[in-house]
Amino acid sequence: MMDSLRDIAGLFLNLDILDRYGYRILQGLGLTLQLVAVSVLFGFVLGMLIAHARLSKSWLLSGLAYCYTTFFRGTPLLCQLFLVYYGIGLFLPAWRATLEDIGLWAYFRDAYIWVVITFTLNTAAYQAEALRGAMQAVPRGQTEAAKALGLHQFRILQTIIWPQALLIALRPLGNELIIMIKASSIASLATLYDLMGQTRFIFARTFDLSVYLYAAILYLLMVETIRRLWGLMETRLMRHTLR
Amino acid sequence: MDYYLKLVSFNDGGWGWLLLKGAAITISLAVATLPFGLALGLVVALGQRSKSRVLRVPAIAFTTVFRGLPELLTLYLVYFGLQLGLQRLGRDLGFSGGIDIPPFVAGMMALGLVIAAFSSEVWVGALNAISAGQGEAARSLGLSPGQTFRFILLPQIIRVALPGIGNNWMVLLKDTSLVSVITLPELMFVTSRANVVTKEAFFFFGLASLIYLFFSLVSMAGLGRLEARSNRGYGLR
Repeated sequence: MMDSLRDIAGLFLNLDILDRYGYRILQGLGLTLQLVAVSVLFGFVLGMLIAHARLSKSWLLSGLAYCYTTFFRGTPLLCQLFLVYYGIGLFLPAWRATLEDIGLWAYFRDAYIWVVITFTLNTAAYQAEALRGAMQAVPRGQTEAAKALGLHQFRILQTIIWPQALLIALRPLGNELIIMIKASSIASLATLYDLMGQTRFIFARTFDLSVYLYAAILYLLMVETIRRLWGLMETRLMRHTLR
Repeated sequence: MDYYLKLVSFNDGGWGWLLLKGAAITISLAVATLPFGLALGLVVALGQRSKSRVLRVPAIAFTTVFRGLPELLTLYLVYFGLQLGLQRLGRDLGFSGGIDIPPFVAGMMALGLVIAAFSSEVWVGALNAISAGQGEAARSLGLSPGQTFRFILLPQIIRVALPGIGNNWMVLLKDTSLVSVITLPELMFVTSRANVVTKEAFFFFGLASLIYLFFSLVSMAGLGRLEARSNRGYGLR
């Protein structure tokens, strides 16, 4: 009985793995962080544009933005990734000559760029909703007062609306960042060797479950670090509201 | 056009039936997981609010871990962990031969854990929203703790928790697509197969997106109705 217990514990703890594959795990971690950072940043810019489109008076713009957010929030990220990755793959051979001419073929051939594009499009939809809610939460009187003072439209956004809205959106945006760290593991299903990809690779070689445990610890570390960092940022940025 | 219609036809060579079955499996997985996840989530929530450390600490740890892990990782851990664990246990006890965990069960367990962790936060919020006077009044009427929970607290909690639970459901619905990686023939799995065979990636993944979108929109409408219904005693809001 003791033997079998130790056997089962041995499934999860094997330090040899770290010796042999530690470098791969770290490389995977790096790629995960990079994927998330790039797509969340681009996603923020795109999300900001979509949020403004959604709030615009033009029914065409706001309708398009509504369709965009509904589609990307209503379908699984995995499905979006395959749609882009395999879908583009159909056209890529035809574009090859052109892309080689401008020297971009190496980038477009790789899964990396398509994963980043899909993640960006996806997180932009979620961030747009958070930003839209935040901008709607800024009282109308603020805009009216600014107009009365003769500020113009962009100035009003830049100095009155955005600073207040971003504070309100801080928490949902932090949550979105955490969700993206977790969701980025899907990149491994499009042949990328992010943390999850390396983990799958090592498991396929060793059939040793402890590698999943190490990956789990790293993911938890990332998520907890961001949660704490966000908490600190929030108390610092919101200190004017504390009485 | 004819070509595409033939691709999704229900007779020879068409993917219609397989896709329909896949969609049915997607829905049944989500529907089967929800009650399990919500019930476990409620237990964890009660643990988190408990006065005893022995109950509180594991409950908080559970939520932190399963909210922080990627769903894909949880799925692999449950699937391979159970498989290898049971195999070793079986070998030590003298059984020979492999043990296979059905992907549906592994998917249900993994997603159930994830939904339990997410919903426990919702339950905690809802439990906090019910004023302490409700429980005290129930006790003074002579109701047992079990009766108090069932007849006084639960009906009120469900109303407050409904929007959060609705979000959990939407997440669950989309997360079922991940179970395709452990070869459950749900919608995403069938679609990937169709893509490999026909090389019509845009068509098939686009179609799958629309099916998921349809499920999401129907769920949103249904949840809106449920919320309206649960608030009917509270006037217009």
